[in-house]
Amino acid sequence: MAQKTSAQQKGAAPAGIDAGLARALYNDMVLIRRFEEKAAEAYALGKIGGFLHLYIGEEAVGVGATSTLRPDDYAISAYREHGHCLAKGSDPRRAMAELFGRIDGLCKGKGGSMHLFDKSVNFLGGHAIVGAHLPLATGVAFGIKYRGTDQVIVCYFGDGAVPEGEFHESLNLASLWKLPVVYICENNRYAMGTSLERALAQTEIWKFGQAYNMPCEAVDGMDVLAVRDVVARAVGRARTDKTPTLIEARTYRFRGHSMRDPAGAVYRTKDEVEREKLRDPIVLFRDRALKAGWLTEEDARKIEKDVHDLVDEAVAFAEASPEPPASELLTDIFKES
Amino acid sequence: MAVMTYREALNLALREEMKRDDRVFVIGEEVGLYEGAYKVTQGLLKEFGPQRIVDTPIAESGFTGVGIGAAMTGLRPVVEMMTFNFALLALDQIVNSAAKMNYMSGGQFNVPIVIRGPGGPAHQLAAQHSQSMEVYFYHVPGLKVVRPSTPADAKGLLKSAIRDDNPVIFIESETLYAVKGEVSEDPDFLVPLGQAVVRREGTDVTVIAYMGMMYRALEAADEVAKDGISVEVVDPRTLQPLDAATILASVRKTHRAVVIEAGAGFAGMGSELSAVITEQAFDDLDAPVERVTGVPAPMPYARNLERAKTPNKERIVDAIRRICNVNGS
Repeated sequence: MAQKTSAQQKGAAPAGIDAGLARALYNDMVLIRRFEEKAAEAYALGKIGGFLHLYIGEEAVGVGATSTLRPDDYAISAYREHGHCLAKGSDPRRAMAELFGRIDGLCKGKGGSMHLFDKSVNFLGGHAIVGAHLPLATGVAFGIKYRGTDQVIVCYFGDGAVPEGEFHESLNLASLWKLPVVYICENNRYAMGTSLERALAQTEIWKFGQAYNMPCEAVDGMDVLAVRDVVARAVGRARTDKTPTLIEARTYRFRGHSMRDPAGAVYRTKDEVEREKLRDPIVLFRDRALKAGWLTEEDARKIEKDVHDLVDEAVAFAEASPEPPASELLTDIFKES
Repeated sequence: MAVMTYREALNLALREEMKRDDRVFVIGEEVGLYEGAYKVTQGLLKEFGPQRIVDTPIAESGFTGVGIGAAMTGLRPVVEMMTFNFALLALDQIVNSAAKMNYMSGGQFNVPIVIRGPGGPAHQLAAQHSQSMEVYFYHVPGLKVVRPSTPADAKGLLKSAIRDDNPVIFIESETLYAVKGEVSEDPDFLVPLGQAVVRREGTDVTVIAYMGMMYRALEAADEVAKDGISVEVVDPRTLQPLDAATILASVRKTHRAVVIEAGAGFAGMGSELSAVITEQAFDDLDAPVERVTGVPAPMPYARNLERAKTPNKERIVDAIRRICNVNGS
């Protein structure tokens, strides 16, 4: 399943790329893309409720970043987190069942699209109050240092979290205390419908790292290998000398903010969206991998077919899974000692 | 047993639990070098070092979130709010992160955290530093809420809170830190969460009160004893989960209930206690439940106005006499 093909590395060796890694990166990006497409379909059919925020267009960030992590490293995200959860190694069947609100979902159907959690792969959620999970990530990093282990945590958030106070409180604390956290801002240029220019006095988000005296840089978030390089360096710093990093990954969401904003067309032009789609991270990497000989056309097609089958299976699994029993309403409010 | 102050009892609880479990650490503003704005953490930095007694900048949401993240991954933080009024800056972290994490993760990530500090009416601290804060928390499923009135309870309940696997809101009081009482020095002495206590036995009327109001209720009980009224005083100690059984047992014995609340009253703890008693012991009541609450105004600074804002012994005495149909003052 996903774990077997995941690009998540044991020990993270960023230098060089071989066919195995290329296959894994391609597989994970296609898996996320297909998962999101099928989720959108299920949403249109009324099988998924609430809010559904798709990661389509941004896959290179989560996949490139996760490819530098060890399985015992942590990841945490906001509400556009399906991709981060799958990249970290969660079973797509259980992730899909969670979106369907079923008992076999990652959270027994009690979290939903915005609250995927998977302890088995150290994925810490799925948080839907903008900015609120940055202090949590900082706390996980504090815990790593407290226990004296060499894990790291990667924390994903959108450009919309940058004006929140918790972004600034977190960067300050992480730098002040030297904590092993990598903050990855997925700058897709729009916080819902508010463009960067309408929200931030400093639109070069990576520069906030300078204010907090931590390493920081921007990276092309449509280039999975570039993301991988930048994050690998940050993870290395975090692991070896507990230095936090702020990374701004410049990306774009091809769909609207959520399924309730399907076109995303009020606040950006169609031309802009079409232009950005020319830099589809999956197409870019596929072309590059074919040219470099990391993948053959046949390899790529095989991956695409296998992923489609896997996601079809995930949808079937979700549909077959029962709704949570009524007793679940009142369980897990408190952990019983 | 030893006689110690409420402050010393809290300090002892922290020391004992930190010795017992190296996952326990204290984090907050001025908890280390300054030894606590109210000296609850006195001596702890020296004993446990800066890794476990963590001074923070003024960033309540940030350091509360740090505590929650650390708790999600296996540590047991005690977050100090210099005063609980500042917890409003961390309210989102407490309500949306700590309280709901275990539920929305389907039981995967519990949050064993204690958030503690003083709250409630204090002495001329004015509107922003002197208010009853428990009301913001006990409404939220997933939080436990403790208000310890005595030094023994301060110790025993704090230790239970630290050992609990869930988020516990633990609100002390500036006005009680210097109160002295007998406290067990046994490191295994615990007061379980969710257990009320009868502070004074009586037969004519049950008065339910906690923190400073509990002391005023005891004074009122002494006063009306002169008229031959026998008052039972029940201290809930834990507001969430509430020990309704102990409260109802008392009311079924006395057939009358007066509920005291320092806060503003509207939709407050008094409302909830009144509802619990009315719904579950209506047939046992000889009179409607009386509520004595704070005046619905922000806390004024001027001493005379401050006195008028919060229930006092006289108002409690009046309520007891009223419910017992005794004409008094």
